[in-house]
Amino acid sequence: MYDCIIIGKGPAGISSALYIKRAGFNCLVIGKDGGNLVKNELIQNYYGIEEISGEELLLKGIKQIEKLGVEVITDEVIEIEYNNSFTVKTINNIYNSKTIILATGNTRKTLNINGIKEFEGKGISYCAVCDGFFYKNKEVAVIGNGEYAINEVKHLLPIVKKVTLLTNGKELKNKNSEINIDTREIKQFLGETRLQEIEFKDNEKLKVDGVFIAIGTATSTDLAQKLGVLIKENKIAVNDKMQTNINGLYAAGDCIGGLLQISKAVYEGAKAGLSVVEYLKG
Amino acid sequence: MSVIKLTNENFENEVLKSEIPVLVDFWAEWCGPCRMQAPIIEDLANTMGEKLKVCKLNVDEESDLAVKYNVMSIPTLIYFKDGQIKNTTIGLHSKDEILEIIK
Repeated sequence: MYDCIIIGKGPAGISSALYIKRAGFNCLVIGKDGGNLVKNELIQNYYGIEEISGEELLLKGIKQIEKLGVEVITDEVIEIEYNNSFTVKTINNIYNSKTIILATGNTRKTLNINGIKEFEGKGISYCAVCDGFFYKNKEVAVIGNGEYAINEVKHLLPIVKKVTLLTNGKELKNKNSEINIDTREIKQFLGETRLQEIEFKDNEKLKVDGVFIAIGTATSTDLAQKLGVLIKENKIAVNDKMQTNINGLYAAGDCIGGLLQISKAVYEGAKAGLSVVEYLKG
Repeated sequence: MSVIKLTNENFENEVLKSEIPVLVDFWAEWCGPCRMQAPIIEDLANTMGEKLKVCKLNVDEESDLAVKYNVMSIPTLIYFKDGQIKNTTIGLHSKDEILEIIK
């Protein structure tokens, strides 16, 4: 059991790991990639550094905490469970931790399909664990093309009559022969008072009782929402200690909103790290 | 006022025939956001006193009522006034957000 698992290896995540490790607690950093920082070719507004590329700064940060003995792994988190402590499920492994810091940045994911807003809560859901129950012995679809979507399909398989994974024109990242897959692009969602059909761009229709949206990688907001974290304007709500409404769960950096600046992410990471230390010391 | 547990037997009297507005929280034990909604709902019930009746309906135990009110995602909050639905909202909400819903 880790004292803390930090999800995201950008400036907020790395900064929090620095404070937790230096206080004598063990922590694991899990990140899929460098997020928005690596897209920045030249940074010229960070204290003490005349200029540096985002990628170089990121690698320096990772090297700094690895030198302290922090484990940093490249993997994708697809689910977090909470039952007094936390279970973090990645593509390759399952980890347990007393606390979590969410710092996966601010990835905006939008699915612009006609009818999506109209049928939210009326057949369109964003959480198979929460809402799969309502589709017992019914026919449903999951929209997505990554491990996050496949994880949602696996949650639904024992409950529903049939589940189809719709990639909406995208290539499925990991072929899975046990899952029904349809790669056609989606035109619109149709129904009267609730969702009844999906119309593809080739004008063919698929009858469904429910659709679960799981596009791309699970963001901090996706993971947090399923746990029961309060979200405000699509950002994770935290108090002045960077703590969410769940004990032991913290968030820092772009995923909580505000200035999209490295200095701000580093500050919040430090604050979250120190709050975790205070929490662990009881 | 304490939170009232709704069943098929008391739903009509407690909600549809209520003289004061009613907020119904559709929830289930296995739903993480529903568990986090619970203390917020309790707090709201204490704050609102006699101005609002706050109720919880377990969708596992009372699935017919969940189907009747088209609940397909939880937590769902339905606000009733004079026996009529005035507002429906899905997902976890803060106390301030709920106060807006029942305005």
